[in-house]
Amino acid sequence: MRDHPIPILRVGKTLLVTIQIELRDTVADAFQEDILSEIERMGAPGLVIDISGLDTVDSYVARVLVDTGQMARLMGTEAVLVGMRPEVAATLVRMGFQTRGLRTALNVDEGLALLGELLGRG
Amino acid sequence: MSRSVSQHALPIRAEDDVVLVRRKVRELADRLGFSSFAAAAITTATSELARNAWVHGGGGDAIVEEVERLGQRGIRVTFTDEGPGIADLSRAMEGGFSTVRSLGLGLSGSRRLVDEMELDTAPGQGTRVVIVKWKRL
Repeated sequence: MRDHPIPILRVGKTLLVTIQIELRDTVADAFQEDILSEIERMGAPGLVIDISGLDTVDSYVARVLVDTGQMARLMGTEAVLVGMRPEVAATLVRMGFQTRGLRTALNVDEGLALLGELLGRG
Repeated sequence: MSRSVSQHALPIRAEDDVVLVRRKVRELADRLGFSSFAAAAITTATSELARNAWVHGGGGDAIVEEVERLGQRGIRVTFTDEGPGIADLSRAMEGGFSTVRSLGLGLSGSRRLVDEMELDTAPGQGTRVVIVKWKRL
């Protein structure tokens, strides 16, 4: 794991990543690689990325988040993005950003519940 | 005509500078009492355009200003770089066309987030972008 301040926690068999700080581009890239490595290492079938701590998400960071979800899915892990603030959702839609089927939920609890359903353990 | 109340010049010479410009705009939006939606909009547009100046323009400068017009307060941010400029502006403004990084949403997306946007560029001449967001009365 590289030195960046984004904790990756384990809740049951799910990885929970909470992004609390604004992301520089290179930190976002490192974060993506670390998550994917951790999925493999832990054999995690589910991933929840919590962005409730972010008051700004630009197109680069949004792209990294969506790509990470797609990459996880390719690996066989269901990913859910949770906690997007209303102003962030409004900004991304107004910019014309496409989320390309990324699963989302209101908060961590809802995200874990959705994962439970997707993974047949609800 | 709008009047400049205060201004800060910030260099965009490193990746961290993009974060610093974004943070300065966020602070100003909060100080002027922008709504969370308006603050996110101008901060995000700033992030896109500062990144463009850094990634595509090879670095440049940003001027963050508090402006006033007929009693209304706003934020104006001017980005300049000495990069290759934009050859196909209409295509760049369509959005979705991707160059090296950060995609075409940078310009087209930013325009949708602000009240005013002015763009001055030509191949080999660098790029200058000015955006303004007004606080709703």
